[in-house]
Amino acid sequence: MNYAYMPGCSSHSSSRDYEMSALAVLKALGVQLEEIKDWNCCGSTPVSSVAPVTSMALSARNLALAEEAGYREVVVTCSSCYSMLKRAETYYRNDPAAREMMAGALKTMGRQFEGMVTVKHILELMVYHLGPERLAAAVTKPLKDVKIVPYYGCLLGRPQKAFDDPETPTSMDEALRITGAEVLRFDRKSKCCGGSVMLTKQKAVLRLVEEILWEAADRGADVIAVACPLCQLNLDAYQTRVNAEFGTSYRIPVLYFTQVLGIAMGLDKKHLALGKTFVPAGRVVNI
Amino acid sequence: MELLHEDQVERSFLEEITAYPGGQKIRSCQQCGTCSGSCQMAGEMDYTPRKIIEMVRAGLKREVLTSKAIWQCVSCYACTVRCPRGIMPTELMYALRSIAIQQGYCSSQEDSAVFYNTFCDVLHKYGRIHEPTLMGTFAFKGNPFRLMGMAPLGVGMLFKGKLGLIPSRVANIDEVRKLMALTRPKEVKAS
Repeated sequence: MNYAYMPGCSSHSSSRDYEMSALAVLKALGVQLEEIKDWNCCGSTPVSSVAPVTSMALSARNLALAEEAGYREVVVTCSSCYSMLKRAETYYRNDPAAREMMAGALKTMGRQFEGMVTVKHILELMVYHLGPERLAAAVTKPLKDVKIVPYYGCLLGRPQKAFDDPETPTSMDEALRITGAEVLRFDRKSKCCGGSVMLTKQKAVLRLVEEILWEAADRGADVIAVACPLCQLNLDAYQTRVNAEFGTSYRIPVLYFTQVLGIAMGLDKKHLALGKTFVPAGRVVNI
Repeated sequence: MELLHEDQVERSFLEEITAYPGGQKIRSCQQCGTCSGSCQMAGEMDYTPRKIIEMVRAGLKREVLTSKAIWQCVSCYACTVRCPRGIMPTELMYALRSIAIQQGYCSSQEDSAVFYNTFCDVLHKYGRIHEPTLMGTFAFKGNPFRLMGMAPLGVGMLFKGKLGLIPSRVANIDEVRKLMALTRPKEVKAS
């Protein structure tokens, strides 16, 4: 089964581990992702803030490229890309003015979009399309005595409420439970980590990160599992700074849920890129 | 809030805002405050999201566009999924930021605006975001403290193999540039 794939800019850089583990896990499940040829940046929060219309047109180009190549579904790993592409898809379907704008922008480059493409997050693909049984069948080395909190971040179910609950999502809980790990309750699972303004409003954002780390530590989590590149970087790379700022001593590995799945599926650790986190993945990896 | 004076009020402001994707519905806001109650950054704002909406409706253009509040939003959409009137305050913030930049209301000291504009420049260059270029350009744009603050992160990422050094480019970059030229609003200096 083949799907179009929107990697997003960070997959070539800060979240290479997400891409590598996602592709490895899907390959083991018999799914091939094929990169949209010549895809462009989704624009994310920054372009939306400077030129809201441009960000929608940027996403429309990606959807048009996938459609032109004959795909009907685009799979996205990054939550921000997902949110932006889904937003463009939704506006295209429901808002005539926005549709006209997107069509006009595409026309200037000789492209068009017919609205035939649906955007899907990789979590949606795994849990709701491939299904828990198929995931469970691939687990060969179940995780024992590992406690995990699933942290979804803000953009997975928002604003479109497309495949999971916008405030208390459950899809990652389900995917992680299949690995044999103990999946803990996590009330801050859809709170925002402030990733988009970490470089510009750091003091305020460290507080948001601290709250998430606090609950994870309080519940006794060995690992925080994430599904977004910015969440991963924010929770992982800034733990030292949080500790300095708040007098805490957090040291919780932050892994992509695809890495956790890959470990339980017994995949080659090289393909899961487990050595790239600031806080070492530790004993989860050595099982 | 003190009494409004006629010269503070710009009646056309509300119409300007309702032309944006997120602006159409703000006329129906019932001022319940669900947005402010849901906002993780409300404590950092000079005006909460609920107040911003009412100020837009009252025509307080300068106060809104020079506020710190519009730059504090982290775009988490918590307000948007909870609003009982279907208003999208996150999208409203995008529209307000864009207008503040385009019409010269935004302070040059607003780091987020500097960062977002840098992001757009990198996108214009490559069609994608090359993280080292983005972080490096932004780090050198501010005072030396910014560079010093960001350096450990950059070095750490490099050490962990989290920085792709060679930029990945869009082959048909002209398409992206054309699209940006067409849809990015022209800059109008404030009178």
